[in-house]
Amino acid sequence: MTAKKLSSPLARVTGIFFIVTIVCLTFADLTVTTVDPWSEFGRLASGLISPDFFSTDSLVLSLAYTLAFALLGVLLGNLIGFGFALLFSFRLIRIFCAVIRAVHELFWALIFLQLFGLSPITGILAIAIPYSGIIAKVYAEILEESDQSPLEVLSVNTSRASTFLFVRLPDAWVQFKTYSMYRLECGLRSSAVLGFIGLPTLGFHLESAFKEGHYQEVSALLIVFYILIATMRFWMKRQFLPVYLILSVVILPWDTNFSASNILRFLTEDIIPYPMRDNTASMMDWVHLLVVTQAFPGMLATLQLTMIALFATGILTMLFFPLISPLFFKMKGRGIGHVFLVIIRSTPEYILAFILLQLWGPSMLPAIVALAFHNSAIIGHLIGRYTENIALRQDSVTGINRYFYEVSPRIYRPMLALLFYRWEVILRETAILGMLGVATIGFYIDSAFSDLRFDRALVLIAITAMMNICVDAISRLIRSHLRLKTSLEYK
Amino acid sequence: MALLEVRGESAGYAENVVLSDLNFSIDPGERVALVGESGAGKSTLLRMIYDRCSDFAALVPQNLGLVQALTVFHNVYMGRLHDRSLIRNFRNLLWPRGEDASEVEDVLKMLRLEEKLFSNVGELSGGQQQRTAVGRALYNPGKLFIADEPVSSVDEHQAKQILETISREKETVVVAMHDRALAIDYCDRLIGIKGGRVTIDEPSAGMKPGELDELYRVSDE
Repeated sequence: MTAKKLSSPLARVTGIFFIVTIVCLTFADLTVTTVDPWSEFGRLASGLISPDFFSTDSLVLSLAYTLAFALLGVLLGNLIGFGFALLFSFRLIRIFCAVIRAVHELFWALIFLQLFGLSPITGILAIAIPYSGIIAKVYAEILEESDQSPLEVLSVNTSRASTFLFVRLPDAWVQFKTYSMYRLECGLRSSAVLGFIGLPTLGFHLESAFKEGHYQEVSALLIVFYILIATMRFWMKRQFLPVYLILSVVILPWDTNFSASNILRFLTEDIIPYPMRDNTASMMDWVHLLVVTQAFPGMLATLQLTMIALFATGILTMLFFPLISPLFFKMKGRGIGHVFLVIIRSTPEYILAFILLQLWGPSMLPAIVALAFHNSAIIGHLIGRYTENIALRQDSVTGINRYFYEVSPRIYRPMLALLFYRWEVILRETAILGMLGVATIGFYIDSAFSDLRFDRALVLIAITAMMNICVDAISRLIRSHLRLKTSLEYK
Repeated sequence: MALLEVRGESAGYAENVVLSDLNFSIDPGERVALVGESGAGKSTLLRMIYDRCSDFAALVPQNLGLVQALTVFHNVYMGRLHDRSLIRNFRNLLWPRGEDASEVEDVLKMLRLEEKLFSNVGELSGGQQQRTAVGRALYNPGKLFIADEPVSSVDEHQAKQILETISREKETVVVAMHDRALAIDYCDRLIGIKGGRVTIDEPSAGMKPGELDELYRVSDE
């Protein structure tokens, strides 16, 4: 009698995603269109290893702006998010938060650009609004899970407000601080990327330096940015925060003026579907053009790219985590692994994709590689740290056998949990990468904005948000089906 | 007039009855020790007593119920949150008032913990945390002191001092204790629990620790 083969639900889900990825890949455009990508890569590489910190006088200022937008945006997002977290038991608030965080910072920035121009308000709100939606959800979860055991020792007559202040808030506060630091790191990346739509942050100078082939300047900008992020816990102290905030407000260029009539026109006219404003235009044509030639192909390409990037992220994570795991490398080797992972995860996907696009030309390939590298560096880091707590028996095997028999089976479940957790993040980024020329939905949104067809742009953004909310819901279903926990994130 | 009177009731969690056929009362001014093997149901009985008397009782649960992220001052001050205005509570959270701090300090002096007034609870040793929880219950105006093993993590000498302080400060005391000699010394009444029932309920005067052995003997059933 032969034993029946058992198929684990983890393996089944992996198999399904593998098949979906293969299907997506067969229809994907992965060509390298540039004539001689390698020589350009060579020039980039030689530029990267010889940074020139003095070629540009904008280095310090662009960094200061990047910091200022991040600090003010994250602070405002924190305040609003905390308020929402307190009201999170209301369904309406939860839905509202889900919607505002489903729209990427860059799309928010494009919207505010129409309202406030290149004023600092645009940058600050573009960060603060989506972040407040994310922060509300995370803070509500933290408050929910705070230690309840001190509740029973309070007198039954203690008011709800006092109970909240003394029992639920203090424990949560510690985690709020940790999470805010993580959020600020994200905020720095977001702020840097906002430069690509014209705000005076790092991305602005990076883009022009790149387009002009000044790779030594690109290198200098990136290195200073990495140092800024890597040293964050040394300079980001509570007692300095007021000084930083005042400086941020002072240095930002507030002199841009915007007209109230412009804002009013945008809100009451520009975003109304065109056929409703002009009776000669046909509603059918408007909807047809929007759905058939823009929304549908955009959504399809976005989903296709997301699925490939998700699977590729999983594979790369399995390759990356041993680099920083004490189960595989000694102290010195892990140091190199850490530097490698810090560099890729500190580079925003958008910038990584931008660089690869310049080298390889427009296709899905640069986007997939950028998304997979950035996200697997994040998950790989968390999983690598997780392996520090795995106690192997003393006589366990080493090397490749250890990887497959001892470690991989233990980390596969938490790895999948984080991967599915980031699925929605990957989708949001995929949509954005369209602005670089890949044909995802962001491409159509960007074109609608540059053609001043704001009515279309807003419908497409709403569709993107819906896709995000759907993927988030599916991811949650899969995670609860597989009983995957994500408490590992941010710890 | 008894603080609490229990006649023929049972105690436990949801559908799981731990103690049955309980008959006892607690009078003001009594000092009662609950003794018995671990798992016998001492904590269950304490919980039942606290639930009935929560309006005028101060509690030290076995897990201490401390807020790790706050200081000793804050944790002790929590004993009177219900007595103070929300504004005062909020202010004390951010910047403790001198008056309240010195009140709390007085309580801590009795427990020899005044040096730790503004230390974070998370940084304290087990014994110091236990004394913080006792301090909170002493600061609580409730006249019935209920505690589950309040001196299990401090040395014998300190344990005696703490128990003396408790009996001096609080009118009525109910504690669960595994140290039989201490229980006989500092309480005037012992309630012994075994096999889901109260098997001993007598004054402790003149009792010897050995007389409680039967509580800990494996039963023949």
